Amino acid sequence: MSARNGVLSDTRELRVVGFLCNWCSYGGADTAGVARFEQPTDLRIIRVPCSGRIDPLFIMRALVSGADGVLVSGCHPRDCHYAEGNYYARRRLELLKQFLPITGIDPQRFEYTWVSASEGARWQEVVTKFTNRIHELGPAPRMQGGSGYDELCLKQIEEGVKQGPACPCHKERAL
Amino acid sequence: MSTLEQLKEQIRKALPDLDVVIGWEQGYDAMHATPLFIRTEEDIDRLIWSPLCVHSLGTYLTGLTKTPNVRKVGLVVKGCDSRAIVQLTQERMIPRENIVLFGVGCTGCLSHARLEYKVEQGGHYVEDMHSITFNGDKVEVAVNGDVESFDFDTVCLEKCLTCRFPNAIATEHFAGEQVPVAPKCEKAPSLEAFEKLSLEERFAFWQDQMRRCVRCYACRNTCPMCVCRDHCISTSRNPHWVSQETSSAENFMFQMIHTMHLAGRCIECGECQRACPVDLPIMLFRRTMVHAMKDTFGYISGADPEATPPLLTFKVEEDNIKERGW
Repeated sequence: MSARNGVLSDTRELRVVGFLCNWCSYGGADTAGVARFEQPTDLRIIRVPCSGRIDPLFIMRALVSGADGVLVSGCHPRDCHYAEGNYYARRRLELLKQFLPITGIDPQRFEYTWVSASEGARWQEVVTKFTNRIHELGPAPRMQGGSGYDELCLKQIEEGVKQGPACPCHKERAL
Repeated sequence: MSTLEQLKEQIRKALPDLDVVIGWEQGYDAMHATPLFIRTEEDIDRLIWSPLCVHSLGTYLTGLTKTPNVRKVGLVVKGCDSRAIVQLTQERMIPRENIVLFGVGCTGCLSHARLEYKVEQGGHYVEDMHSITFNGDKVEVAVNGDVESFDFDTVCLEKCLTCRFPNAIATEHFAGEQVPVAPKCEKAPSLEAFEKLSLEERFAFWQDQMRRCVRCYACRNTCPMCVCRDHCISTSRNPHWVSQETSSAENFMFQMIHTMHLAGRCIECGECQRACPVDLPIMLFRRTMVHAMKDTFGYISGADPEATPPLLTFKVEEDNIKERGW
């Protein structure tokens, strides 16, 4: 399962989080494993009861916390174990996909798809394509920096206190 | 009879059946209005109506209608405020039958931030402003003996430039004339400018902005659509969505929570950005979501009391979602 030769070039492993529905895609990934299909090893799978369980905030939290890519996979529409969970998921995930660009996070780092339990070959294709895409994009930029109060303002306040009534803000008030 | 007189008359007639009517009164100086809770006949005289009345009073409703000794509440609403009420009604968050709306037509609200910036650029101190008059398309401010005049469009709230709902909708009473619907631009200028940036520039911008966020939650508390109150997941320990660390990333996560929970609900009243003490341009997030909702599901929040919010329903074959064939 961990053989990466031929699937990926020998780059450093990245962090890809996969949210897989228990009934279809998790089974699909298992099928691929049982069939000994070659798969990239960058993916960490989180098994959820249904793609409808996935809050778009799960994906945001993963991306903010240092994931380089997030893949969501559920049952094909019309095949949901709970009848309609993936329809709700589709609307939410599509909105997230459209929203991501404004935050500056590359929407290519997030993808949602449908894989059924019997589609081991399709799972292999999906996970390989997605991981390759993330490798092309490289590691995701991390948000750096603490609160503005820690660094900038504290320095300014300190200087102001030192100067006493001569500090700029006191002067302004005096006018 | 002026709009204000008409409004007062309507409130006077309806007040005996209501526990409280919320409107605006003159605030601590000439530049500010503040919410007014009308309980007795005398309070009505303090009511004002002008572009200073910026607050979306709908934010009081979800809490107030749950207060034991308050049964019926009256509310003065502008176009954008009334959309909040419509949206909350759709979600069954407020008992609509216990709320009486007094609608007005709105020609735009003043942005204190933009006005103060202009005044300071003119070499004056904000503290010296002592009176303001609205004169058609002009705003005249008396500052330090001078009278400064500005175009209203340059000192109004940005939401007013794109406003398509100046008149309050689905109200019990309406005071004054209907205001013509005349949006000044299709898309908010700030969003248009921001969308020209590359992904890297945007990310750097937010990283820089988010470090200024002090997580005071003013944006959340002033939002008429934020109904979780003490159960907001961004301040809960279980589940622990946001840590207490005040880094850019955690502050950004909080903003993401707010945006996602407003998907398909945000009525673009702009209160979050107005209330922000450090002027974070968070309306960029909200507007993007609003545009996505409109493009994908053709849905405008709070515009139609009969509609179902798109995230509460689905279509087996979606019209505008192109599933990726990969």
